Amino acid sequence: MSLEEELTVSMTVNGESITASVPVRQHLVDFLRTELGLTGSHIGCEHGICGACSVRVDGVVVRGCLMLAVQADGCDVVTIEGLTDAGEIADLQANFVERNALQCGYCTPGMLMTAAELLKQGKAMSRDDIRTFLSGNYCRCTGYHAIVDAVEATLQARFA
Amino acid sequence: MKAPRFSYVRPQSLDHVVALLAEHGDDARILAGGQSLMPVLNMRLAQPRLLIDINRIDALNGISLTGGCVRIGALARHAEVMSSPVIAQSLPLIAEAMPHVAHVAVRNRGTFGGSIALADPSAELPACILALEASIVVESVRGRRTIPAADFFRGLYETARSADELLIEVRIPEQRRDRVSVFMELSRRQGDFAIAGLACYARCERGGMSEARLVYFGSEVKPTLARRAMAAVNGNAWSPAVSEAACSALADDLDPIDNTFGRPATKLHLQRVLTRRALAAAMERARVQ
Repeated sequence: MSLEEELTVSMTVNGESITASVPVRQHLVDFLRTELGLTGSHIGCEHGICGACSVRVDGVVVRGCLMLAVQADGCDVVTIEGLTDAGEIADLQANFVERNALQCGYCTPGMLMTAAELLKQGKAMSRDDIRTFLSGNYCRCTGYHAIVDAVEATLQARFA
Repeated sequence: MKAPRFSYVRPQSLDHVVALLAEHGDDARILAGGQSLMPVLNMRLAQPRLLIDINRIDALNGISLTGGCVRIGALARHAEVMSSPVIAQSLPLIAEAMPHVAHVAVRNRGTFGGSIALADPSAELPACILALEASIVVESVRGRRTIPAADFFRGLYETARSADELLIEVRIPEQRRDRVSVFMELSRRQGDFAIAGLACYARCERGGMSEARLVYFGSEVKPTLARRAMAAVNGNAWSPAVSEAACSALADDLDPIDNTFGRPATKLHLQRVLTRRALAAAMERARVQ
């Protein structure tokens, strides 16, 4: 294998097969946003602190800014657009609206991606555990209270 | 920001990785989980010419127990270690530390080997493997060698691994049934960088501790074995005075870093708070064990 600055990759994004040539230095969320137009994943800090770029790769939530697009070669990638279309978190999204769990909305896609992973665990959780699980996602507007409310309400409806 | 320009290669074999390291040395960086390397690249704090992506090398995966020793492959993700029954049963110190290792999305990518190889001063796992007297296995074209944890961590982000060597796996002796372990740390939020932390592994018998190993991190440039505090504890009948003697001795064992997380005096105070809590917890765990 030669040393490359641009490579051709294939991956599944929201159920669709994609083949594209990508610069090796481009991170996954830039590829999703600029090449595929999937702008639901946001770019906040670009060094893994804020969680706004969270996407699902091979079934688990990851930081989209801390993974290169070339590393997703052969992977199954799901963004907030795919998760919404699949209806997997329709109840969670309704609860976010109901509880007003967002103000500017910048963190919301990432918050939902992480909360989706929490819901996948399939069990009830205390408010403290919900806060700990979401602690890698920053929200600078809400003070988190309404977000925890929305996640807790969804957990209760699903698993109580 | 965006990462600077670099070349990228994704070898399929260990031999290819070590050959590339032999050729490129310090100009190359190993890309494992990328949860520390990618931020450094995005902030342009480093400009390697080549990234060697080791994520597709199966030989570096896995967690297994053989002959009283747990082998953790360099590529074992933190999430995998956290949910591993082998770790829960054989290495409760590491199981107790895992929830403090970053946040869920970072744990899904970040690797055990990466954490050890980077030797971040606030990282939990280097302190744990030093407390448990683990060994680190590295490989290069020159061959394979095993380095005791006590010799591996040398300074701030400085280890005994040479630029042409790849960390292959960590070997950790199974925790003994006559020992107890306690892990504690203080950070602003759970999952954030540790300001102070302590990994304790001790034999508790006849109302006191012996062979206790106390490793401090977060406040120090590297995981630090507190020999004077250990001497104050080991072989003495347990009492609050023993705990206070260990706390006093810490002033000579530790040399806390002065940074935005706090001044040295603050960090020494916090490590003493953790010491009192951890020693009391160890005695309590020994009582009910």
